[in-house]
Amino acid sequence: MLASAREVVPARAQMASTLGFHIILACFGIAFPTIVLVAEYIGLKRSDEVAMKLARRWSQALGVLVAVGAVTGTVLSFEMGLLWPGLMRRYGAVIGFPFSIEGIFFFLEAIFTGIYLYGWRRLRGWAHFWSGIPVAVSGIFGAISVMAANSWMNQPGGFTLRDGKVVAVEPWAVFFNRAAIYEMPHMVLAAYMVAGFLVASVYAVGFLRGRRDRYHRLGFAIPFVIAAALTPFQIFVGDTAARAIAADQPVKFATMEYVSHTSREVPEYLGGVYVNGHVYLGLAIPDMDSILVGFSPHTQVTGWDTVAPADRPPAPTLIHLSFDAMVGLAFLLLGAGLWALLIWWRRRALPRQRWFWWLAAACGPAALVAMECGWIVTEVGRQPWVVYKLLTTAQAATTNRGVIASLTAVIVLYAVLGVATVLILRLLARRWRQGDEGETSVPYGPPSRPAEASS
Amino acid sequence: MSAEIVGGILLAILTLYAVLAGADFGGGLWDLFAGGEARGRPARALIEETITPVWEANHVWLIFALVVFWTAFPEAFAAVMTVAALPLWLAVLGIVLRGAGFAFRKEVQGLRFERPLGATFALASLLTPFFMGTVIGAVASGKVALDAEHTTLAAWTGATSLLIGGLFVAVCAYLAAIYLIEESIKRGDALHERYFRRRAAIAGAAAGALSLATLAELHDSDGALYRSLTGRALPLVLLATVCGVAVLVLLALGRSRGLRALSALGVAAVIWGWGVAQYPTLLPGTGLTLFNGSAPHASLVAIIVVFVVAVLLVGPGFLLLFRLQGSRLLESEEPPGAA
Repeated sequence: MLASAREVVPARAQMASTLGFHIILACFGIAFPTIVLVAEYIGLKRSDEVAMKLARRWSQALGVLVAVGAVTGTVLSFEMGLLWPGLMRRYGAVIGFPFSIEGIFFFLEAIFTGIYLYGWRRLRGWAHFWSGIPVAVSGIFGAISVMAANSWMNQPGGFTLRDGKVVAVEPWAVFFNRAAIYEMPHMVLAAYMVAGFLVASVYAVGFLRGRRDRYHRLGFAIPFVIAAALTPFQIFVGDTAARAIAADQPVKFATMEYVSHTSREVPEYLGGVYVNGHVYLGLAIPDMDSILVGFSPHTQVTGWDTVAPADRPPAPTLIHLSFDAMVGLAFLLLGAGLWALLIWWRRRALPRQRWFWWLAAACGPAALVAMECGWIVTEVGRQPWVVYKLLTTAQAATTNRGVIASLTAVIVLYAVLGVATVLILRLLARRWRQGDEGETSVPYGPPSRPAEASS
Repeated sequence: MSAEIVGGILLAILTLYAVLAGADFGGGLWDLFAGGEARGRPARALIEETITPVWEANHVWLIFALVVFWTAFPEAFAAVMTVAALPLWLAVLGIVLRGAGFAFRKEVQGLRFERPLGATFALASLLTPFFMGTVIGAVASGKVALDAEHTTLAAWTGATSLLIGGLFVAVCAYLAAIYLIEESIKRGDALHERYFRRRAAIAGAAAGALSLATLAELHDSDGALYRSLTGRALPLVLLATVCGVAVLVLLALGRSRGLRALSALGVAAVIWGWGVAQYPTLLPGTGLTLFNGSAPHASLVAIIVVFVVAVLLVGPGFLLLFRLQGSRLLESEEPPGAA
């Protein structure tokens, strides 16, 4: 069967929607445990019951998010084979190593999540705190392992091909490929920003609704400070990554920046739509792209004219605007952090301006959109390759027909799953608020839910 | 040699998944059959309490199995994923609905939400073992061709596949019931001890009958596999039989010591019996073996090392988790002092 006859478009759409959904939960799996543990640390260290209450409640929300993340992650594992058997047949032996390392961390995460989440009552104080540390640590290393696999697809290396077959593998060279060095920190930082800003957003909305007690202020401050403090590092990593991509995947970079012809004094387009060889509605800053790539207007930037049209990524407008949105939102998040820092420096308190709280409420969705845009840039920008310059996505796709059916099923199922997850989290929040009205706080007590629920 | 070790590792992972996660799926089945709202509530509460802290960790064995499979035997993996795509999608559907339904039901209150979520959890618990069983059946009965480009209904709806699908469901129910007997005893709950004793015996008898039916079916349809099962793999087949009969006897005598170990050993013997019978073939009927179908040496060595590290790191973690769970230290649900 001709590769082009395969249902590669629905397969890509399905991978994109399932990955785009799972990555949100993955962010919580990676970063939320740290946020919970910081609250618990403060609670234990200062005998702070408000912080303890936050930690207990957050861990209950974490339990829901981890469960949904575990199953949506499983879908992705199966999709590696069900949607991309051509990739696994050819490169399964290569790409499997980072995934097997991830398996170890996933195990540790799941085991200690079970202990941490359900040990609140019986494991006291610091013992309980320490049972959460492996969850946070393995979340980070699990993410690093998955990013090793993804970055390998961008910069494949560490294996020998003979007659199109992999005959030798160097596992660690696969793991630490050329793109790993920037993709790994980029995603881990993104996870902390997404989880941190999103949790903070919840309390910012509460603040706007007049819930300004210490519980809400602390609930905002812990995740917001973590996320905002990491934002400048993320911008640095992202900038480094962009320069590395300009060197390693020049066509992807050219599409990100609308560089149609290899040239010097390349302008930097902010926004803009690419139609028939022209950029409309974009703001062009002269020479700026060359300066960003090589710190000089005379830096030559490779254009997408260096490869045949069939080897260029589709939808340059989507890729460029996603890239711009990601960068723009990162600076918005940086601004929010600096605002809070300035007020703290002057008054040792959270900002009072209503505008700040509107901005803070928007930070969570902004971080989420920025991360999704980043995934669009790297994944769509790698097309038509699944393994850069070695295997096309069409060659990797399943030969089975009817992908449109599984795509439809997945979209319906995930829509229900997403709505249900949000509803359950809101239900928990409502129950917590009701509990607050009559609750006498018990240190290390059971999560505040009525006892009859267990009968 | 390294390919054989990795083949053994894959079987070991499948065994752990079947024994540990199988009981979690079986819990869903007993939840399904627990009866009306009032009558079924205590049994459902017990099932939920025992599954909650452990099911995610048990589930990871499946991810690990997938990764080892595609890393070590990429061609066979791609072929199975192509030919058996439909039952695998259905098994995945079961995994998603089971996990989400279970996690959500725990957090909601009131029958209006609990009932649909509980039904989702319970029905989905049937889907996954059944369809996974049909996939194993398709592999064992030589229905997975290397050059096949499409999934076909015929590949996984043969008698062998359907029998093994049913067998998987029965085995999950059996393991869960045995596990729940032990948990009932720990809670001093004689009522549910008897309740699950009866169910363990029924499920055990069903699993035994389905095993025999599968063997009989293979005798007619797949002479080669039948001869290996009654030849080279006979000791394991006998071991599985002895374990199964011993469990039924213990159940009838009202004894509980050794039930879990014997039932797990019996299930393990079945899985390894299949492995030994099929050795060294990966996909019967294709000529693909452990040796000509395996990844380059370094990938196999990496899998072996990762597995050893995983056992060393994850093993103690699992022991701790099961110990804490076993001594009922992982329940945040009850008011203090009730235990």
